[in-house]
Amino acid sequence: MIPHQDYKTEADRHDAMEQILRQHRHSPDALIEVLHFAQENYGYLPRELLGRLAEQLKLPPSLVYGVASFYHGFRLEPRGRHHCTVCTGTSCHIKGGTALLAELERRFGISCGETAPDGSFSLDSVRCLGVCDLAPLAVLDDDIISAETIDALADKVCQCLAEKSSTGKSP
Amino acid sequence: MTQILLRQDHTGQCLSFGQYCDAGGFEALRTALGGMSPNDVQQAVIDSGLRGRGGAGFPTGKKWSFVPRNLPGPRYLICNCDEMEPGTYKDRVLLEQNPHILIEGMALTCYALGVEHAFIFVRRGYEQAAANLRTAIGAAKQAGFLGSDILGSGFSLQLDIHQSAGRYICGEETALINALEGIRANPRVKPPFPAVKGLWGQPTVVNNVETLANIPAIIAHGPTWWKGLAATPEAAGTKLFCISGHVRNTECFELPLGTPLGKIIDGPCGGMRPGSTFKACIPGGASTPYFTREHWGVAMDFDPVAKAGSRLGTGGIIVFDQNTCMVAATLNLTRFYARESCGWCTPCREGLPFLVHTLEKIEQGLGTESDPDILREHVHALNYAFCALAPGAMGPVEGLLRLFEDELREHITKGRCPFGD
Repeated sequence: MIPHQDYKTEADRHDAMEQILRQHRHSPDALIEVLHFAQENYGYLPRELLGRLAEQLKLPPSLVYGVASFYHGFRLEPRGRHHCTVCTGTSCHIKGGTALLAELERRFGISCGETAPDGSFSLDSVRCLGVCDLAPLAVLDDDIISAETIDALADKVCQCLAEKSSTGKSP
Repeated sequence: MTQILLRQDHTGQCLSFGQYCDAGGFEALRTALGGMSPNDVQQAVIDSGLRGRGGAGFPTGKKWSFVPRNLPGPRYLICNCDEMEPGTYKDRVLLEQNPHILIEGMALTCYALGVEHAFIFVRRGYEQAAANLRTAIGAAKQAGFLGSDILGSGFSLQLDIHQSAGRYICGEETALINALEGIRANPRVKPPFPAVKGLWGQPTVVNNVETLANIPAIIAHGPTWWKGLAATPEAAGTKLFCISGHVRNTECFELPLGTPLGKIIDGPCGGMRPGSTFKACIPGGASTPYFTREHWGVAMDFDPVAKAGSRLGTGGIIVFDQNTCMVAATLNLTRFYARESCGWCTPCREGLPFLVHTLEKIEQGLGTESDPDILREHVHALNYAFCALAPGAMGPVEGLLRLFEDELREHITKGRCPFGD
């Protein structure tokens, strides 16, 4: 993944985008690489940015939007400061992954796919993260959290979130 | 038991470049570039009997032989590390332990095929694997095993990593090629096959990580030695089995190809976890029909597993205990496929959500007598989809109907799930 960088201003972000486009010689084939970078840079893919990239890569805006909306890794909306993904793949499902999602929805008072009203936290699910040896599991920001029982796992997620929020550390 | 793929240093960390070389790493590449022709390398792979480890089990040497040698312009090799099938995580474990073996395998393959530019297509979420690969590529380049004029042989190779934006259909080779070209990963019409017309219209070979990682040992020790690593005379080499579910040890093991299912579960897996008894398993990743106790003795090799009504697939085994509802498990798998359908063709786009709806109804106790027949018709009809995704999705549904029809009907007659959720 492209190293995370904190750009202070919109101008910094803009310059970084210009640089990555030059690095890929404005080649339309590099669209996915450019979108990865843009998301790392902006946190999500704003519509205006997609339009601008289409122009710069000489691609139809529909194609750029089509790619951005097709892949699960691209987000068209910003998510919470901290983000939790629950795995509901088959190995996790048979060990309670679906129940874990319901439990976290209950504890945080938001549904899967939603962001808390204050923007502090968002929750969603994924169908298999490829870490089936640790099932059941959730991922909070970049940390994999796993436990024997669903209650213990939900407790761990809450505890981990509280620690992250109190230190004010952004993911 | 010989392990050629999974090797880590004594602390359980990723093998360093130096450690890999000290253990004989890159000797196969030296041997090949020093005295073997590209055809010799291809012939060794054909003789070894290596079959693709990504799911389809196509003979690797044969796949290579489809590449026309007389067309102008470049050829490409793509390593498929888009491991997104539920229950499959072997390529991640391999790359977290030993990324160097993949690089050596790719260099040998590129030499055999006359490829000068190759790509590794890494799934979203495998950041550690991608980071290991970047470090390993840097070290190999510095040591002169990648780049131009490798070891003075005149053979040059550039290796690039593409981090996928995440979609299961990218595992299908023509969809993967579209993703690499920066567009939506819809599959392409075959023929022309990628070996003739692939990436940017040029001949392209797409091989799985584990497949390519086996090449160095075939060249270093010879095809006969490598073939003999298997558990049966018909099988060839070792296989990574990644285990999850209700067993004691959920880990990835490298075992002789052809090891019987029961021996894997009772042996390295340490048997079922306390309180659990074996009910069924998925033998090779989410697209393969279930195995039950009656399949305990089946040799886990491509042909014996196919003869027993399933597929070896990726070697991702998910074990279910007595408390697992097979309807709910099948529903979970079908939901995955419905979500991952790329939407290109109608049977897949419309058929899979309908199957999810039907299975949901049955699981909620609202099924009707005709539902099993409706499921059966769809298992047949979805085989006519554009690519292999929808037929793959039918694996578990077909297994449910064949092996667990009683359990399915119990949901309907009782009007509820007998497992109580």
